[in-house]
Amino acid sequence: MSAVDVRQTAQQRESATTIYEKSKAGRRAFVPPPVDVPERPLDELLPARFRRTVEAKLPEISEPEINRHYNRLSKRNFDLDTGFYPLGSCTMKHNPKLHERVAALPGHARLHPAQDPKRAQGALELMWNLERALSEIAGLPHVSLQPSAGSHGELAGVLLTRAYHEARGEQRTKVLAPDTSHGTNPATVTMAGYELVKLASNADGGIDLDDLRAKADDDVACLMLTNPNTLGLFDPNIEEIARIVHGVGATLYYDGANLNAVMGISRPGDMGFDIVHFNLHKSFTQPHGGGGPGSGPIAVSNRIEPFLPRPVIVRGEDGTFDFDHDRPKSIGRLRGWQGNFGCFVRSYAYIRSLGAEGLREASEIAVLNANYLLARLREAGVAEYLPVAYDRLCMHEFVLSGAPMKRELGIKTLDLAKRLLDFGYHPPTVYFPLLVDEALLVEPTETETKETLDAFADAIADILREAKEDPEVARHAPYTTPVRRLDEARAAKQPVIRQPL
Amino acid sequence: MSTYTSVTDDDRAAMLAAVGVRSVEELFRDIPEAVRLGRPLDLPAGLSETEVYDHLRALAARNVSAEDEVSFVGAGMYDHYVPALVDSIVTRSEFLTPYTPYQPEVSQGGLQVMFEYQTAISELTGLPVSNASVYEGPSAVGAAGYLAKLTNGRPRFVVSRGLHPHSRETLETLSRGYGTTVDEVPLAAGVTDAEAWAAALDSDVGAVFLQQPNFLGAVEDLEALAAVARQHGAIVICACDPMPLALLKPPGECGVDIAVGEGQPLGNRLDFGGPSFGFFAAAEAYLRKMPGRIAGETVDEDGRRGFVLTLQTREQHIRREKATSNICTSQALNALAGVVYLSWLGRRGFVELGELLLQRTAYARERLARVEGVALLHEQPVVREFAVSLDAPVERVIERCAELGINPGYPLGRDYPEHPNGLLVALTERRSRADIDRLAEALGVAVAAEREGVVEVGA
Ligand SMILES: Cc1ncc(COP(=O)(O)O)c(C=O)c1O
Repeated sequence: MSAVDVRQTAQQRESATTIYEKSKAGRRAFVPPPVDVPERPLDELLPARFRRTVEAKLPEISEPEINRHYNRLSKRNFDLDTGFYPLGSCTMKHNPKLHERVAALPGHARLHPAQDPKRAQGALELMWNLERALSEIAGLPHVSLQPSAGSHGELAGVLLTRAYHEARGEQRTKVLAPDTSHGTNPATVTMAGYELVKLASNADGGIDLDDLRAKADDDVACLMLTNPNTLGLFDPNIEEIARIVHGVGATLYYDGANLNAVMGISRPGDMGFDIVHFNLHKSFTQPHGGGGPGSGPIAVSNRIEPFLPRPVIVRGEDGTFDFDHDRPKSIGRLRGWQGNFGCFVRSYAYIRSLGAEGLREASEIAVLNANYLLARLREAGVAEYLPVAYDRLCMHEFVLSGAPMKRELGIKTLDLAKRLLDFGYHPPTVYFPLLVDEALLVEPTETETKETLDAFADAIADILREAKEDPEVARHAPYTTPVRRLDEARAAKQPVIRQPL
Repeated sequence: MSTYTSVTDDDRAAMLAAVGVRSVEELFRDIPEAVRLGRPLDLPAGLSETEVYDHLRALAARNVSAEDEVSFVGAGMYDHYVPALVDSIVTRSEFLTPYTPYQPEVSQGGLQVMFEYQTAISELTGLPVSNASVYEGPSAVGAAGYLAKLTNGRPRFVVSRGLHPHSRETLETLSRGYGTTVDEVPLAAGVTDAEAWAAALDSDVGAVFLQQPNFLGAVEDLEALAAVARQHGAIVICACDPMPLALLKPPGECGVDIAVGEGQPLGNRLDFGGPSFGFFAAAEAYLRKMPGRIAGETVDEDGRRGFVLTLQTREQHIRREKATSNICTSQALNALAGVVYLSWLGRRGFVELGELLLQRTAYARERLARVEGVALLHEQPVVREFAVSLDAPVERVIERCAELGINPGYPLGRDYPEHPNGLLVALTERRSRADIDRLAEALGVAVAAEREGVVEVGA
C-alpha cells in the first residue's frame, strides 16, 4: 500500500455519527412498569422550585438502533481478544472468559455493599482469601483491597507514610522517585502534600546510589520505586537501596505495576519494601475495559498496619468474617464501600486457577517471551535502528530507542507505531519512559505464542525496510484504520467535549 | 491447574537458544539471591475451570443478594434493573479488553463513547464540561475537593452532614494530605441547617460540599445554600444521585460549580460496591484543571470526524508532579454502561422512571408512617429514598425482617448516632406496590415483636 492510495475502507467511508444525531422525537426503547400506587400531583410531592423545567436532552431512539449503534462503534476499537497488544507497563495478558461468568453470578453481581456482613459471608471470605493470597505474593503481612487502581493505591501508600511518620511525631516533607518512574508516582506525591525529589538513574538503568545517598536525609518520607522498573530491568542494588532508605527512617514504596515479572520468584516484602500496590487489572488480568475499571490493593508491613484504610476484614474465632470499622489510627476511607469487588472476583478466580505453580510459570514465560522477542528483533536486523536502551537481559518488558531510526531513516517512533496499526498490531507504549529518547516500551506478556512474537518482529523489520525505501509511507500511516491521524492540537485548542444539542 | 500460556518444550528450547541462555532460571540472574523466594508460594494448588467455577459459585451462594430477598437498601447504591442490552454491549470484547485509548486511530469506539457519555452527564447536571469518569462517588467528592484546593488554595472546607458518610470520610482522608481542614454543618429537620451553614462560612472556606438528595433522602434547597457559599467566594460542590436528576433542577442551574456523583444507578450492577463509576462535571472555568480523561472531537488528516483524548496537559503522564490529579486508570467500561443505559431510558423514559420512583416513594413513606412504632425521621420532600425512625432496636428489626425475606433498609445508627434506630428505605422500579405492602407488614410485625420483647424483659 502506498501513501497515494485513496481508496477508503467501508469503515472510513462511514462518517462518525453520535447517538444524539440518531435521535428522533417520539422514538423509545424503555417502557416503564406501571405506576401501581395511587398517583398524586407532582406539585404535592416535589415543589416546582426544586424541579427542572427542561428535560435532559437524552437521545430518543429504539432498542435495535441503540444496539446497532454501539455494536458498530465497538468495531472501531482494537481489542486484546483480537490482536497482539504489547503495550509496555500495561500487562495486556489474556482475560479468561470464566472470570466474566463468575463475576456475573447474582450472588456477586446483585449483592448490595451495605448487606449485613452476616449475610455476605461468601463475599467476605472471597476478599479474605484474596487478601491472604496477595499478602503471600507480596511477602507483606497485611492487605487492604480498597484502592480503585494503581494510582489510588499509590495515594493510599503515601498517605499511610504520612500517618506513620506523624504518629512518631515527625513532619517530613519530601518523597523521592527516580526519573524512570511512572507519571502517577510524582503526581501522587504532590496530591499527598509532599515535595518530589527526583533521583537519577545509573548507567545500568537502576537507581544512582550516590544520588540516592546525597538526597536521602531525615526530611525524606518515602522512596517510590518500581522493580523491575519501567525500563524492564531489575535493580540488583535493591538491598542497598532499602538500607539507605530505612537508614534515614523513610518508607520504601513498591509500585506493583510490573509485578508480572516476579510472581513467586521474588517478593517486594523480601526486597525491603514497606508498602506495595497491585494492579489487579494488569498482573491479575481484570479486563481493562478501555480505561478501567481496575483495582489497586495494597499490602503493608506490620509497622504500617495500624494506619490501613478502614474498614478491614477480620475473621472471628468461629471462622466467620466481619468488617472492623473501629480503627482509631486509620487514615480513613479512600472511596465508598469496600473496593471494586467485581475485580476481586475475577482476580481471585485467576489466582485459584493458576495456583502457586501457575503464577510462577506466568512470570517465567512473561520474562522468556520478552527476552525472546528482543532476541528475535535483533536477529531480524532491527537493532541498528531500534537498539535496546540497556543491553542486558530484560525482565517482562524492554525499551527500544527509536533515536537512530529517526536520524537514519527519517521516521519517528510515532510513525513506526502508526504503521504497526496497518499491520494489525497494537503498538507498544511510546515515549515512555522519558529517560529514553524516542522510547518504545514493549511488553509481550506470557499469554502470547512464539509465532505471534515472530510475526511481530518480522512486521517491525518490514516497516524499517519500507522506511528505508520511502519514509513517507510511515510518516502518513495509518491507512487502514477507521480514521487516520487525528488533529490533536485542534482538539486541545478549541475543545469540543460534548455534543451541542 | 489452569494455564493460559502456550510455550511447548520445543518452543522453550528454541527461545532460550535464541536468547543465548541455557535455562529460564538464568533470565532472572539480576535478582540477588537474598531477595529470591526460593520456595513455592504458599497458595492452594491451581484448579481446573470447572473446579474454580464450583468454588466461586459456592461462595456466591453464601451471599444473600437482591436476587434472594426483597431489598429496600440504597444508601448510594441501588438495585435498579440493568437491561439485557447493557450486558450485551459491555461484555463485547471490543469494549471489555482494550486499554485506555492511547492510539486514537484504533480506539474510535471507546473515544466516541466517552464523548457521548460526557454529553449525557453534562445534560443531567446542567454543567458544560464533564470528564470521562473517575473511580466512584465518594472519591469523586475527594477529587472535587482537590480541584478546589488547586483553584483557590483556601485552608478550609465546609461539608453538610447530609453528604454521604463515605464521601465525608474520603474527603477528610485526602484533604489531610494537602492540609485542608474539613468542618461539618449539622442537619436540622432533615436538611442542612441554614443558620449553621451561614455561620460556618467565611473567606477561608475554599469549597462547600452538599448532596442532592442528601443522605437521609431529603431534597435540599441547593439554590439557597449555594448562594450563601458564593457570597464568600467558596466553590460549590454537590454530590448528586443521577436518577432523580430526571426531575430535580440540575445543579448547574442552582449555583453549583462542580457536580459529582455515584454513577452506579445508571446501568451498573451492585457488585458489592464496585466497580461502578464516579461522574464529574463542572463549569467551564474548571476545564483545564479537571481530573481524568476527557475525549474531544477533531478531524483526521483526510478531514474525517474523529475523537481523541484531549487537554492532556492536565494529566500525570504529561505533567507528572504538576498534574492536576494522579488518576490514570478510571472506569471507562462502567461509564459505557451508564451512557447505554441513559440512551435506553431515553429522553421521556428517564423522566417517567423518575416520576415512578417519586410516586412509589411517596406511597411507601405514607404506608410506613402508618405502621405502629414507625415514625418519619423528617418531613422534607423525598424522591427515591426516605428515612424513618423505629421505636425498637433497628438491627434486631432488620434481623426479623430478613427471616421474612425482606431487607427493610439501611440502618443509620453507625453513621448518625443521633438517629440510633433510624432506617433509610430506598425504592427502585423493581419494588412494586405489593413489595411495599409486604415491607410495611413485615416492619409492623418485627417492631411489635421487639417491643413485646422489651416489655417481657422489663417485666
Ligand atoms: C509503572 C506504573 N505505575 C503506576 C501506574 C498507574 O496505575 P493505574 O493506571 O492503575 O492507576 C501504571 C499504569 O499504567 C504504571 O504502568
